[in-house]
Amino acid sequence: MTQNAENVLDHFELFRGPEYQQMLANKRALFENAHDPAEVERIREWAKTPEYREKNFAREELTINPAKACQPLGAVFASVGFESTLPFVHGSQGCVAYYRSHLSRHFKEPTSCVSSSMTEDAAVFGGLNNMIDGLANSYNMYKPKMIAVSTTCMAEVIGDDLNAFIKTSKEKGSVPAKFDVPFAHTPAFVGSHVTGYDNALKGIIEYFWDGKAGSEPKLERQPNKKINFVGGFDGYTVGNIREIKRIFELMGIEYTILADNSDVFDTPTDGEFRMYEGGTTLKDAANAINAKATVSMQQYCTEKTLAFIESHGQQVVAFNHPVGVSATDDFLMTLSRITGKSIPKGLEQERGRLVDAMADSSAHIHGKKFAIYGDPDLCYGLAGFLLELGAEPTHVLSTNGTKAWEEKMQALFAGSQFGKDCHAYPGRDLWHMRSLLFTEPVDFLIGNTYGKYLERDTGTPLIRIGFPVFDRHHHHRYPVWGYQGGMNVLVKILDKIFEEIDKNTNVVGKTDYSFDIIR
Amino acid sequence: MSLASTQSVAEIKARNKQLIDQVLKVYPEKTAKRRAKHLNVHELGKSDCGVKSNLKSIPGVMTIRGCAYAGSKGVVWGPIKDMIHISHGPVGCGQYSWGSRRNYYVGTTGIDTFGTMQFTSDFQEKDIVFGGDKKLVKVIDEIQDLFPLSRGITIQSECPIGLIGDDIEAVSRAKSKEYGGKTIVPVRCEGFRGVSQSLGHHIANDAVRDWIFDKITPETERRFESTPYDVAIIGDYNIGGDAWSSRILLEEMGLRVIAQWSGDGSLAELEATPKAKLNILHCYRSMNYISRHMEEKFGIPWCEYNFFGPSKIADSLRKVASFFDDKIKEGAERVISKYQPLMDAVIAKYRPRLEGKSVMLFVGGLRPRHVIGAYEDLGMEVVGTGYEFGHNDDYQRTAQHYVKDGTLIYDDVTGYEFERFVEKIQPDLVGSGIKEKYVFQKMGVPFRQMHSWDYSGPYHGYDGFAIFARDMDMAINSPIWKKTRAPWKDAPRPSLMAAE
Repeated sequence: MTQNAENVLDHFELFRGPEYQQMLANKRALFENAHDPAEVERIREWAKTPEYREKNFAREELTINPAKACQPLGAVFASVGFESTLPFVHGSQGCVAYYRSHLSRHFKEPTSCVSSSMTEDAAVFGGLNNMIDGLANSYNMYKPKMIAVSTTCMAEVIGDDLNAFIKTSKEKGSVPAKFDVPFAHTPAFVGSHVTGYDNALKGIIEYFWDGKAGSEPKLERQPNKKINFVGGFDGYTVGNIREIKRIFELMGIEYTILADNSDVFDTPTDGEFRMYEGGTTLKDAANAINAKATVSMQQYCTEKTLAFIESHGQQVVAFNHPVGVSATDDFLMTLSRITGKSIPKGLEQERGRLVDAMADSSAHIHGKKFAIYGDPDLCYGLAGFLLELGAEPTHVLSTNGTKAWEEKMQALFAGSQFGKDCHAYPGRDLWHMRSLLFTEPVDFLIGNTYGKYLERDTGTPLIRIGFPVFDRHHHHRYPVWGYQGGMNVLVKILDKIFEEIDKNTNVVGKTDYSFDIIR
Repeated sequence: MSLASTQSVAEIKARNKQLIDQVLKVYPEKTAKRRAKHLNVHELGKSDCGVKSNLKSIPGVMTIRGCAYAGSKGVVWGPIKDMIHISHGPVGCGQYSWGSRRNYYVGTTGIDTFGTMQFTSDFQEKDIVFGGDKKLVKVIDEIQDLFPLSRGITIQSECPIGLIGDDIEAVSRAKSKEYGGKTIVPVRCEGFRGVSQSLGHHIANDAVRDWIFDKITPETERRFESTPYDVAIIGDYNIGGDAWSSRILLEEMGLRVIAQWSGDGSLAELEATPKAKLNILHCYRSMNYISRHMEEKFGIPWCEYNFFGPSKIADSLRKVASFFDDKIKEGAERVISKYQPLMDAVIAKYRPRLEGKSVMLFVGGLRPRHVIGAYEDLGMEVVGTGYEFGHNDDYQRTAQHYVKDGTLIYDDVTGYEFERFVEKIQPDLVGSGIKEKYVFQKMGVPFRQMHSWDYSGPYHGYDGFAIFARDMDMAINSPIWKKTRAPWKDAPRPSLMAAE
């Protein structure tokens, strides 16, 4: 017997006991009609070859292990960033269960969101009644200040008209006429979660700025000195937005963070569950029209939003998830240029500290090859940081990256001597990445939790940066933006590098002459 | 200790009824009427729990339920390890359900097994407009090319498939023919079908019947040699290894487990199951359909069992053995006595720390009733329970075999109701899912995920019970729950007391 009351064995030890191992071997031999192990081995080796890679890259319709999710996830992520706002996803209910689970598994926090629970009859007759009942129930039960509506692909395929449905619901008294119900169509078969973020955010500000879906006059822009800030879909939103607020305050910039979900994804455990916490106030969302400029940290998360804002007379600037010295310099200098505020001594010192740390450690990173995958902006930001560390971001892959993103990446590579052998792969997935790692190996892989399968199969050590990260806790609390964020990323990369060196030098009497105490 | 144990049954019933009345007040009238049918207080001796179930969830209330796709791909089919399951439609469904159910398996992933991979046709707008059948053809070709050792393919329909009128059955038939009779199973589990995961289970069961059982070739039949002691484990998804810590007991008592449905399962095991002498059914909800079918068509009896906690395990081993000869009956007794010392030691260690603690559950499948015995083995009491997607037969089983008089019952509970119930009843532990976990922990209530075992497990079988007991103790008796209130917020105490 393997199990033991005094020292209870978990699954990862229990099943390694001889009884279980024998049992599993018998199951395989007698009942599974398993392939000959030699054949399995042959295919396993074949799947590592350039020939397999060629077949793999010739795929046209099959997607395997993609690094992207669907639009409504991004819509929910953006919507919870507004004051007392309940995201309401119109369509099938299972989708909402998935978004809530997905976000909660990453942030280790509750995610509040409702569905209009459409079923077969709604597929035939449309989901109007679901909207009418759903809004009334949500409003009464969860006392939101705003309900932000988005859609699942079901509602999109049958062509439900959110604008008309919400109007009708208000006429039927589901919610008061003046109650704020912005909306965005977020079809899952277009773009990805970053598109959904963009659509939802645009939907909300358009609602406030352009006359609340035709129910009020449009707002007149009265320019002020404030800056709007948009983080984009970001697994580090908790740490990042707080860091950005600190930077704005250090610079003395008046700001509005749009879709500020940094508090709702980081509430205290003190005996009270807060369904709503923090967030951009509805007043600020409306007044954001008056800002001097809007700064987005992620171009590909905010293409429509920024175009909309620009059309209302504001200056708009988009970054690509800036990480490291130059990208942060650029971010701060842009803020300074727009606002006329100087960059304070404190931030200059932080910059110096990051440069200091990079100088201290760069010998360990210089010349190392990396593969990166993730959302298009994150990939760009991380690749930029690696280049300034003298590392080579050899493979940069973004399942939701576009042709335009690819060109932008290649231009980044072209601007650095360390980028000359680097390539961007738009629209590719992690099964493509697997072939890349086998045929053109790199030293380290940067990606989300799903990268652990690549790490296991190809032996490329994984540095977890991205979304989702389910299997490591609390990293979302630490920023990756600003000089301090750059420091966090640097340390994360260095830790993995040193761990790998130690792991590869720890065989007693054989390799441990290099098992150095000082590195 | 919770309020529950200090009150009489009559008081508890009165309180629970009052609680139900209170939560219903939040709803608009129409909704209150509908929700009232799903909430009740169990009356001893009644044949069910007095609630309606398996009805549509109400829009906007924050149901915890999922969809038919989740029931088919996520639950029934996904764990069949040597087949490739295509999430057919847009990217999200497959992405959110990728690897999150912890259906353990052994195999070379990506080569001969595919359990922790996400295969999707990643629908784009053009596929919605022009239909996805051509895409599906290509997807299957590409799978065939890149994964030559896959034993079969299933097509797990997402919402758009049924709405745009794709003929996935025709594609499956044609492709199966082209690939020498390869098993290709179209599953009509679009998420909008039915009211929850439950219809997805049923559809998935029917797909096994129509596309596996009805296509078994004589060659496949010949491959299998029967023995008098062949059983199949039905409705165990091997979460954290549950089916393994169950299988070992069945084998130790002398039975031969010829198939696992579907945790760590394979196509060959599905195909062999019509040869079983007995189907033993753990998750009744998700796999009673195929068990009944096998009973009708192949004359295979089935029996439900419960491998949570030593009391129910012993009952179940004897029940299973009763279908066989004395050799197996003796085997069951031998297994029960073999593990008795382990169980005694586990209970001796944990019961004193858990005695009298109260639990509220809200889970899916079999767990809202099946785990009650395991808690009772530890001296704990389940004071409220409900099913995410149960039917009336689940509530009958619950009423007749599991819950105590006065237990609060909530079917398809809404976020609001569950929070209010827990807030008022103040149980020592809540067992539910990831969406509920952090809500209750913020409230300072210890919590265990009872879908994924909170990344622990197995919880089935004797080996699993040791882990279950340890985990419940760890949750309830974690020192962190004493720290949820800042000390300066406590009422000032007399200084003499503080000095003591």
